[in-house]
Amino acid sequence: MTFLRLEGLTKRFGEMAAVDGLSLTIERGEMLSLLGPSGSGKTTTLRLLAGFESPDQGRVMVEGDDVTRLEPVTRRFGMVFQHYALFPHLDVAQNLAFGLESLGVSGEELERRVARALALVDLAGFERRRIGQLSGGQQQRVALARALAPEPRVLLLDEPLSNLDPSLRERTRREIRELIRRVGITTVLVTHEQDEAFDLGDRVAVLRRGRLEQVGTPEDLYASPANEFVAEFVGRSSSIGVMILGPADRGLRVIIEGAEWDLTDTNAAPAGPALMVVRPEALRLMSPAPRALIGTVTERRFTGAASLFTILTEGGASLEVTGPPRSVRAGERVGIMPSRRAGGGIHLFPRALP
Amino acid sequence: MTRIRRVELLGGVLLLLLIWLIVYPLILVLIEGFRGPQGWTLDFVRSFLQPHEASALWGSVWISLVSVLLAAMVGIPLAFLFGRYDFPGRKILGWLVALPAVLPPLVGVIAFLFLYGESGFVSLMIQRLLGLEQPPWMLQGAGAILLVHAYSMYVYFYLFTRAGLASLDASVLEAAASLGAGRWRTLRRVVLPLLYPSLGGAALLTFMTSLASFSAPYIFGGGFRVMTTQIVATRLNGDDELAMIETVSLTMVALIALWMLRGPRRLDSLAGGRKGMAPVRVRVQRRGVRLALALLGWGLAVLLLLPHLTLLLVSFVPLGTWTTEPLPPAYTWRNYLTLLEDPVRARPLFNSLWLASASTVAAVAIALAAGILSVRSRVPGRGLIEGLLALPWAVPGTVFAIALATAFSVRAPLAGRFVLVGTLWILPLAYLVRNLPITSRAVLAGFRALDPSLDEAAATLGAGRWRTLRQVTLPLLRPALLAGASLAFVTAFGDFVTSIMLYTYDTRPISLEILSSLRQSDVGVAAAYGVVLMAVSAAVFALGADQGSGG
Repeated sequence: MTFLRLEGLTKRFGEMAAVDGLSLTIERGEMLSLLGPSGSGKTTTLRLLAGFESPDQGRVMVEGDDVTRLEPVTRRFGMVFQHYALFPHLDVAQNLAFGLESLGVSGEELERRVARALALVDLAGFERRRIGQLSGGQQQRVALARALAPEPRVLLLDEPLSNLDPSLRERTRREIRELIRRVGITTVLVTHEQDEAFDLGDRVAVLRRGRLEQVGTPEDLYASPANEFVAEFVGRSSSIGVMILGPADRGLRVIIEGAEWDLTDTNAAPAGPALMVVRPEALRLMSPAPRALIGTVTERRFTGAASLFTILTEGGASLEVTGPPRSVRAGERVGIMPSRRAGGGIHLFPRALP
Repeated sequence: MTRIRRVELLGGVLLLLLIWLIVYPLILVLIEGFRGPQGWTLDFVRSFLQPHEASALWGSVWISLVSVLLAAMVGIPLAFLFGRYDFPGRKILGWLVALPAVLPPLVGVIAFLFLYGESGFVSLMIQRLLGLEQPPWMLQGAGAILLVHAYSMYVYFYLFTRAGLASLDASVLEAAASLGAGRWRTLRRVVLPLLYPSLGGAALLTFMTSLASFSAPYIFGGGFRVMTTQIVATRLNGDDELAMIETVSLTMVALIALWMLRGPRRLDSLAGGRKGMAPVRVRVQRRGVRLALALLGWGLAVLLLLPHLTLLLVSFVPLGTWTTEPLPPAYTWRNYLTLLEDPVRARPLFNSLWLASASTVAAVAIALAAGILSVRSRVPGRGLIEGLLALPWAVPGTVFAIALATAFSVRAPLAGRFVLVGTLWILPLAYLVRNLPITSRAVLAGFRALDPSLDEAAATLGAGRWRTLRQVTLPLLRPALLAGASLAFVTAFGDFVTSIMLYTYDTRPISLEILSSLRQSDVGVAAAYGVVLMAVSAAVFALGADQGSGG
């Protein structure tokens, strides 16, 4: 059942709508990632949820209660800030106690719950540490424990990993995911990193210019992007203009820079000009051949099991293609064909003629 | 929505209060300078256009320009010496060099009088040594004023330059070296340009302080008049309206100087905050040079400390025992005991304590309110609030004394005017207005340095505005509040320039007691009070600085 509901949220700053008619529903215990480039309105959305901003239109509902006009103080939404916002003049335990004291918890009960919250993030025994003495990762865990200690209704995370060393991020991501699952709290997090959004979110909402482009599981977004923005923004991809001719014997026939391809594993689209957004693993390299798209290798990047090649086509488009590490060299002329198992990696979006 | 309205209402109240305290009195001065018994008139402007008036104004300007030059010539090399080189005794000397800052202006002036005046220690000693009939020099006129200014104002250049040097990025100097720039070229093309904002700030501060300087011209000026002393003299002659015109002209010079010297500020972004490591001090290796530097440093320190030591020495001189000897023949605790035991002599001490405390509390409260409303709540009109708070800094103290005396000597409650002159309240009010710029600058800077998400974090944790203020904002602001409060207290405690125009016998502050003791040749008590001012200033400064770094 729906726990948290955003209904047509709109927030304008001057002329510009930072959030524009955004509606979302979040289940109890679900983790939702808000993903988008900077300026997409994801942070404003989070601040609307926390109550730091009040929307020009729309409502925020928790379990059927309208909380739109509730002050942050009474809203009981916990938040982990991008730079943690730990109180530098208080020690770890005092930071954790801060929210509990607001609820009137005191004495032994307070100590017990502080200790429990610290144990939750694996920092038992850190009560009397000063904030300045903690590493970045520890500060992040204290911030998480502080937000969780008063048992808020919803947990909000603002770019939770952006302040950490890259080497720490993956481990911390795992820890956060496990911790939130264990607590079972409904969570909304904001990030511009797709990996983070996919890894932490049960579902991901992609935002652009304050509007919701698509919401769904990571698999949905990857396999069936709703539009070219989502297709290009989510996962690695390149795009090229094509002309859709119509159904062929096998799949859909398209013409790309003169090469005729029959696409078997793609979305249905009407005949006419279109943009093809394609994942690197949905293409394969071969020797120049009649039905292949012809281009020159401009770059090769080694990524482990396979290499990623950048091909400049004769028509001037740049495509990324995965292939065996040493199959071709930079400067070589190659042909490109759709791979036999494209795995839903080719998407067609009709567009008007320029 | 109601909360936002309340904040805006409070912002409006604060704005009105500031306009009433700061702008209104200045406007009244402007108006009254152009009004005679028969309505509007330019009579007073005409009487202002006299040669001796122009020479006083010119005197103010050139004394200030030369003061900037002298202060820079002393302060900048000292800052380089202590900021860039390492030699024995550097730390303690670097600290001693800033000591003139704890001498309130009047105290510094009388210390110079005891040292270099006609019957000062140094003058008398030289006279004896050379067997002269007359003292070797007269401590009078422009030269004497400039000497005192250079002594008390080089500290601005010293501190600003040291701060600028400390914020240099060492890698910039290394880059210059790796590009083949020698020491001089690096200094000229890299270090000095990066220091421009600091030097510009110091120059502006020195110029404004010097323009507003009153104690030195008042005591040493003799026939040499500057505008501040001219205003007081005119006022004492009863030419109130002429004094107003003089006040307006001095204010205009101050504002023009402020506007002209703002230029270097644009370079602020250039120097910015520190991005890398501060340059390491050059350790002086050659033994001869080390010794020379150390000697130079200590010699300098003694020279700078002489006024303080003199004051201490003179404070033990019994009344009427010291006449022509180079050193006083007798010493006693009597003077200090007098301050404690004689209720008449002790009164100024208590007066200054409560006047300074009251004005400090008020200044901190207003600065705090301004910080909450302007930086935190971002009320409309916040630019105006901050501008008004900074304004008294550009206006010489004499001007404000006249302005407040004008505004608050008339009973017209509907026009916001009350008779405060002659009451207890005029002095704390004057100190408050004078201290608003320094206090609010410190407090507003503290507010800006606070991460706004700390407030938001407190809110999501269920803390209301009051609890957030008490448990998060105020503890984190403590260093800024203490710094602002200590500066305000020290300035008010040693104030002379506004006090001399507004005091009453019941509210006479320490500075006026020093003056009257001096007039009665009771140098011991004058010096003892000087020592008290010095010691309290130093203690309060130390408290502010200690808390500032410890928090």
